[in-house]
Amino acid sequence: MINRVSFNENEMTYRLSGEIDHHSAKTARELIDSLIQQKKPSVLKLDFSDVSFMDSSGIGLIMGRYRMMHLYGGELCVVNVPDQLEKIMFLSGLGALGVIEKKGEAYETVE
Amino acid sequence: MKPLNEMELWFESRSSNEGFARSAVSAFIAQLDPTIGELNDIKTAVSEAVTNCVVHAYRNTIGRIYINVKITEGAVVIIKIRDKGIGIENVAQAMEPLFTTAPSEERAGLGFAVMQSFTDNVNVRSSPGKGTTVILKKRISRRVYNG
Ligand SMILES: Nc1ncnc2c1ncn2[C@@H]1O[C@H](COP(=O)(O)OP(=O)(O)OP(=O)(O)O)[C@@H](O)[C@H]1O
Ligand SMILES: [Mg+2]
Repeated sequence: MINRVSFNENEMTYRLSGEIDHHSAKTARELIDSLIQQKKPSVLKLDFSDVSFMDSSGIGLIMGRYRMMHLYGGELCVVNVPDQLEKIMFLSGLGALGVIEKKGEAYETVE
Repeated sequence: MKPLNEMELWFESRSSNEGFARSAVSAFIAQLDPTIGELNDIKTAVSEAVTNCVVHAYRNTIGRIYINVKITEGAVVIIKIRDKGIGIENVAQAMEPLFTTAPSEERAGLGFAVMQSFTDNVNVRSSPGKGTTVILKKRISRRVYNG
């Protein structure tokens, strides 16, 4: 799993890749949280473009970052959700939080 | 009913085996020519059941996780995931969406809900102190070939 991070003013984009499960979520969580603490972005974008698989551990990862961003008075946004992840994203109730943007919606990745 | 094909495997409850388990099951089922969506559903459900063995059943220990997959008449796949871990006191409660005994570890409490919505049937048998067996059933829509 090679993840990439980019910054644009107060916005931090973290691009996840590969398969997100209980095993891989741990590393991603630690990396993202240390970046949040260092950079204190007002918006965190989690980019799912390169994620090929995700189970409920991915939901836990998103919910945890959502809570963390709110703690710092910031916002979380989940962007570029591929078709194969839509079912699990919406089953989780994340749809109702209004943090999900589907692939190609109003957002382009800043490399 | 006698299965048309069957496979069985066991592995240690290490988190690095979660990916192995779902890939192994999906590779076996590939012979039914499932759609990408069906394969993804099966991988997700298996990942949930196996992760539960790693995270809950064998918490702080390493034990064996057993998987048995049967392909039966009508392209129905039956996947049995079994552990000899701590077991579940109240299965009905455990299966309720958002119920989790590990909220501090960022568990969403959605594993069983995912298994239920990604397969046709989920059956859970458990005895505290002895272990848990989860049986997932899913029918694969066979695509029709011309010639
Ligand atoms: N194999 C198992 N052995 C012992 N307890 C289990 C097992 N599977 C599930 N449980 C219990 O059932 C609860 C609910 O399981 P479920 O998979 O729905 O949610 P979770 O694992 O807590 O969270 P998530 O799957 O969203 O990460 C668990 O918190 C745990 O207490
Ligand atoms: Mg679970």
